[in-house]
Amino acid sequence: MDFIQMKNVKKQYKNGVTAIYDLNLTIKKGEFAFIIGGSGSGKSTLIKMLYREEKPTLGEIIVGGVNVAKLRNKKVYKIRRKLGIVFQDYRLLAKSNVYENVAFALEVLGAKKEEIRTKTLKAIELVGLKAKVHNYPDELSGGEQQRVAIARAIVNEPKLLICDEPTGNLDPERSMEIVKVLDNIHKTCGTTIIMATHDRDIVNKMKKRVLVLKDGRLVKDYEKGTYHNEDI
Amino acid sequence: MKIFRMLGRSIRDAFKSVFRNFSLSMASITCITITLIIVAVSMVASYNVEHFSKVIQKDVTMVVFLDNDITEDEIKELEVKINKLNNVEKCNFKSKAKSKEEMMAESDVFKGIMQTWEEKDNPLKDSFLIKVKNIEEIKNTANIIRSYEKVDIVNYGEEMVNNLISTFSTIEKIAIVAVVALIVVTVFLIINTIKLTIFSRKREISIMRLVGASNFSIKVPFIVEGMVLGFIGSIIPILIVIYGYTLLFDHFNGVLYSSLIQLVNPQPFVYIVSLFVALVGMLVGMIGSASAVRKYLKV
Repeated sequence: MDFIQMKNVKKQYKNGVTAIYDLNLTIKKGEFAFIIGGSGSGKSTLIKMLYREEKPTLGEIIVGGVNVAKLRNKKVYKIRRKLGIVFQDYRLLAKSNVYENVAFALEVLGAKKEEIRTKTLKAIELVGLKAKVHNYPDELSGGEQQRVAIARAIVNEPKLLICDEPTGNLDPERSMEIVKVLDNIHKTCGTTIIMATHDRDIVNKMKKRVLVLKDGRLVKDYEKGTYHNEDI
Repeated sequence: MKIFRMLGRSIRDAFKSVFRNFSLSMASITCITITLIIVAVSMVASYNVEHFSKVIQKDVTMVVFLDNDITEDEIKELEVKINKLNNVEKCNFKSKAKSKEEMMAESDVFKGIMQTWEEKDNPLKDSFLIKVKNIEEIKNTANIIRSYEKVDIVNYGEEMVNNLISTFSTIEKIAIVAVVALIVVTVFLIINTIKLTIFSRKREISIMRLVGASNFSIKVPFIVEGMVLGFIGSIIPILIVIYGYTLLFDHFNGVLYSSLIQLVNPQPFVYIVSLFVALVGMLVGMIGSASAVRKYLKV
């Protein structure tokens, strides 16, 4: 079953720059896909359109049965609740500890205290940070901070996890750890994962589907691809 | 129940935020406090003015002295005319004989002199005692009666009543202008405070948007913060009203200058004023924060 369908998607920014040209793409439920491409290839635009931070100029983007291209600003929160999003810069609350950062995602949705507690602790355990529940972000390494961000993204049990270069700030070892955490979530929860990255090693080791973007076009789509000789 | 949980969270966050941006919050709170003190004082004053104007209205009697040569028919005619006036509530005739009796009863000195007077020697005048409906119109009514024939003197403590009314209405007008000006300044200060809060919580807001918080639940905490500022600002004015007015009332034994000016009993009056003051504070806070949210919080 297709979880994401993009049909004839074009994105042109107000300044006239076209970031995506006529993109067609489907991603199945429970799939793990890498999106690779150089700077300016349209990776970030593609990712932003998935969580409806940007609207496509033309075309249809269906995520979990909802056409996000036509979603009005007021209704965006509805689709966001079905998604988890992870960024390169973690985006944690500096004055809150690990538990509070993860619980925040449920608190703002008005969840019950007991539910928040159970789900938060489960998510923190899944990313392997059980021992650091009470630590603050500045007491954690970059890799650990990213794991907190991942825990926050999955705490509401989303169907789709979108990761925008989550390993961009990390050394190769920590990067691999993060991808393993994501793979673990993918396997245990069946979450569909889309990850934009620059990192060749990760893509090569994981042997997942690889979508290659170049100058706003989808140029290659490998089932279990590698990233060795891509001219990007 | 979800809405209560979110509201609870908003109130908790609002208090946190007030202390986080303490200096700016204090500026807003101080301004609200000053505004509300004036609101409270003018409310207490105008309520009291209204209260004792009613008392004065009941008490003020216009005395219409008639000419000495007036006949009984003319008196009846005049009484009918006076009763027809819109502002006249009650009109009683008091004969000069009755006045003499009353005066004699009042003092022995009068009695000594007056008991020698025969009916035709009595130099006192027949009079009408008139109660008016609206005290502000008393001057006009007096002028009309003065213009009738056979009316000698019309008396109603003109000066005092006029002075009282004009003084209080001037004070009321000044208070209204001051309150409106202060409310405008306060609203601007609150807009600034909430703007700062919005900027300082940009990251939090962006995360809220990412995890799917609705626009409503993102905006509500800031509105609540404005209301909390208003509420905190109303505490001192409320204490001033409750304790200050009660003390004042006790100190003057409930009357000011003369028994004519009676103060309103503090209970439940001070609580009604306090409730109103708190509501005004929260409303002003809400207006300020709502406009800051509309301007600076793009969701």
